Amino acid sequence: MRRFLYPLIVFGALVAVLAAGLRLKPAEVPSPLIGKPVPAFSLAQVQNAGRSVSAQDMAGQVWMLNVWASWCGACREEHPALLAFSRESAVPLVGLNYKDARPDGSAWLERFGDPYKVSALDADGKVGIDFGVYGVPETFVIDKKGVIRYKHIGPLTPEIIHSRLAPLLKELNDA
Amino acid sequence: MIPELGNFAVMLALCVALVLGVLPLAGAARGHGGWMALARPAAAAQALLVAFAFGCLVTSFMVNDFSVAYVAAHSNSTLPLHFRIAASWGGHEGSLLLWILILAAWTGAVALFSRELPQAMAARVLGVMGLIAVGFISFLLFTSNPFERLLPAALDGRDLNPLLQDPGMIFHPPLLYLGYVGFSVAFAFAVAALLGGQLDARWARWSRPWTLVAWLFLTLGIFLGSFWAYYELGWGGWWFWDAVENASFMPWLVGTALIHSLAVTEKRGSFKNWTVLLAILAFSLSLLGTFLVRSGVLTSVHAFATDPERGLFILVFLTIVIGGSLLLFAWRAPSVGLGGRFAVFSRELALLLNNVLLAVAAATVLLGTLYPLILDALGLGKISVGPPYFESVFVPLMVPLLVLLGVGPFVRWKEAEPAGVARSLRWVAAATLGLVAAGAVTLRYSAGVALGLGLATWILLATGWHLWQQVAGRDWLRRWAGLPRSYTGMLVAHAGIAVFVVGVTLVKGWEVSADVSLQVGQSATLGGHTFRFASMDYVKGPNYLAARGQFEVSVDGRYVGSLVPEKRVFTVQNMPMTEAAIDRGFTRDLYLALGERTDPLTWVVRIQHKPFVGWIWAGCLFMAAGGALAALDKRYRARRSVQVRLPVHAELGHA
Repeated sequence: MRRFLYPLIVFGALVAVLAAGLRLKPAEVPSPLIGKPVPAFSLAQVQNAGRSVSAQDMAGQVWMLNVWASWCGACREEHPALLAFSRESAVPLVGLNYKDARPDGSAWLERFGDPYKVSALDADGKVGIDFGVYGVPETFVIDKKGVIRYKHIGPLTPEIIHSRLAPLLKELNDA
Repeated sequence: MIPELGNFAVMLALCVALVLGVLPLAGAARGHGGWMALARPAAAAQALLVAFAFGCLVTSFMVNDFSVAYVAAHSNSTLPLHFRIAASWGGHEGSLLLWILILAAWTGAVALFSRELPQAMAARVLGVMGLIAVGFISFLLFTSNPFERLLPAALDGRDLNPLLQDPGMIFHPPLLYLGYVGFSVAFAFAVAALLGGQLDARWARWSRPWTLVAWLFLTLGIFLGSFWAYYELGWGGWWFWDAVENASFMPWLVGTALIHSLAVTEKRGSFKNWTVLLAILAFSLSLLGTFLVRSGVLTSVHAFATDPERGLFILVFLTIVIGGSLLLFAWRAPSVGLGGRFAVFSRELALLLNNVLLAVAAATVLLGTLYPLILDALGLGKISVGPPYFESVFVPLMVPLLVLLGVGPFVRWKEAEPAGVARSLRWVAAATLGLVAAGAVTLRYSAGVALGLGLATWILLATGWHLWQQVAGRDWLRRWAGLPRSYTGMLVAHAGIAVFVVGVTLVKGWEVSADVSLQVGQSATLGGHTFRFASMDYVKGPNYLAARGQFEVSVDGRYVGSLVPEKRVFTVQNMPMTEAAIDRGFTRDLYLALGERTDPLTWVVRIQHKPFVGWIWAGCLFMAAGGALAALDKRYRARRSVQVRLPVHAELGHA
């Protein structure tokens, strides 16, 4: 008699797992880079080919790196949130213009507004590989010592910025 | 107006489904004939109402009614008409309505073709299907209504995801759902039999054709999905062990076990409890697939936009349907009793092994699919389980199954003589070993290829030999024509597995690929073929701009054809897409996809030479054709007197 209950018991365990799963966010894949120093890079700027930007330039302060591209639809979606962020926050936002052509990237910034302190042109995506980028957009938070503290995959929303990023940035700035 | 009519029809359908789900079941329990008689008209009314609602949704897409939120989110005025129609099921809400439509159609079909069923049985089966419809229609109305208006209306739609703008989108979801939802019939028969306490050979015979048809649609749906991914995703893979692919593959594995187990229950009255459990599990896994796709617990290329509220709704529904049926199983199964006895070495044992292997395979796929979720839920970190896991656990389970597949048909029901089976198969075994050894000497293939080709040869020879034993003689043609369709269907499906195994083995073992940088005028060589980059044009499609390359393929300087790959940018969503060019052949596919343009004149091009890849899909088509033949067997169409005629083919022992 009791053996006929086994399927039900197994199913009960499965439901418990699924119910727990509902409250999890699979998009938050932790980056192996979290807790590691930010990969070194030095790239030409998108809007000024003669000047460069590197991770070194940002040392000693809390900053964010946002990976974007003119061909990326989701970047358009998160763009207003980034513009609002750059107006409200003193934390510098650096753009990594991923696998893009310079004219396309700068035209995009002119058309939709530029939330970035500066954008680096990663035309062949090599720096993106160092950062483990597997989808655009992605956003990294880097602390004063140059250590990556947080990574967000997919478009940022005002809600995520206020509930997740703002407390973290404040904590890092106060440290 | 049209969306409101659709919405109203869905609401009416919910009321009808409630009637269908309550009164006939209550009538069957209390012996109330009038209530039971409601089942058929209610099933018909439900089917008509849902079909009308679905027609309203399709119409909204056809006339570009962007005041409907769902249309605005998944269509666009520049989208061609056939894709606008397919866009009806391009998102969560519409595909859910398609699911309900197919459920209503299956319910209607059962109502239409259940004349020979006892009234109580038919009422219970239709009632159970009605209860399932109540759950899904409520889900649609309360969390995911495709008819919701958008105020103010959008000027134009956001367009269908370019990945879905493909003929595959027109056929893949309906076929897959026909399979998924089709298992609800076997499920309803199982629950009805448990309720009525009539778990017997007749129940198995009624379930068999429905299960076969659902299984063949699921086979076709998975085949089309794989075929589509192969040419559309642009990297030439055909199966990715993606969570959602697994969600369709698990019911297929269990469904395959079920059609074999039903054979035992019908012929010998054995395995009743096991068969009824498989019928419950096949549909439960379909429901689980729905949950995984629509709740957002797993990430996948197939996942719909997700919403925790929807996830919770399906989880509760899942718990009631599966939990309820498993509880019923635990309560009723012990009293059903054992079936006919069988000896250790018999057809029953062979089919039991088949069932165990398939069920374990499904369990390993389930474990691999849910493992990331389980670890995450226990706070043990986030991991992903990929093809290495699935390939290393799946292949070892399939090897004994494929060996058994050759032997099974030669083993008699009830009791067989091992020596006799060995005698009938010794030449088949010798020929297989001989051919594999000869191949190893001439082609010098690896152990993996030898194993795969050996198994395929074994199955083909054993299947052919079995057929020969049935028809050999002077009047072989007449004998062949006289074979029962379910027997022919079994042979065709088994041969299909052999063809499939050849394809998988040779693609895995022998494919070659190269990524090359080419300018117009330059050539690359791969697998004996030379690909010359002849020209590059820029063209405008209805809703995209494309770079279109022209490649000329030659073998030893002899022109054999041209390949025209495209790189498209869909203008509405500004999304790039790769359209691979494929030259299909009986023994190989040439697969060419444009990568990135590294400078104005140079393109990265990925060229692949894939031997026998077409055999993978040919094998699937054979399997589906076998299922169709078996489902068309005469005895399923006969009336109640069928039982008397059964022993005629019994000695043939078709499974």
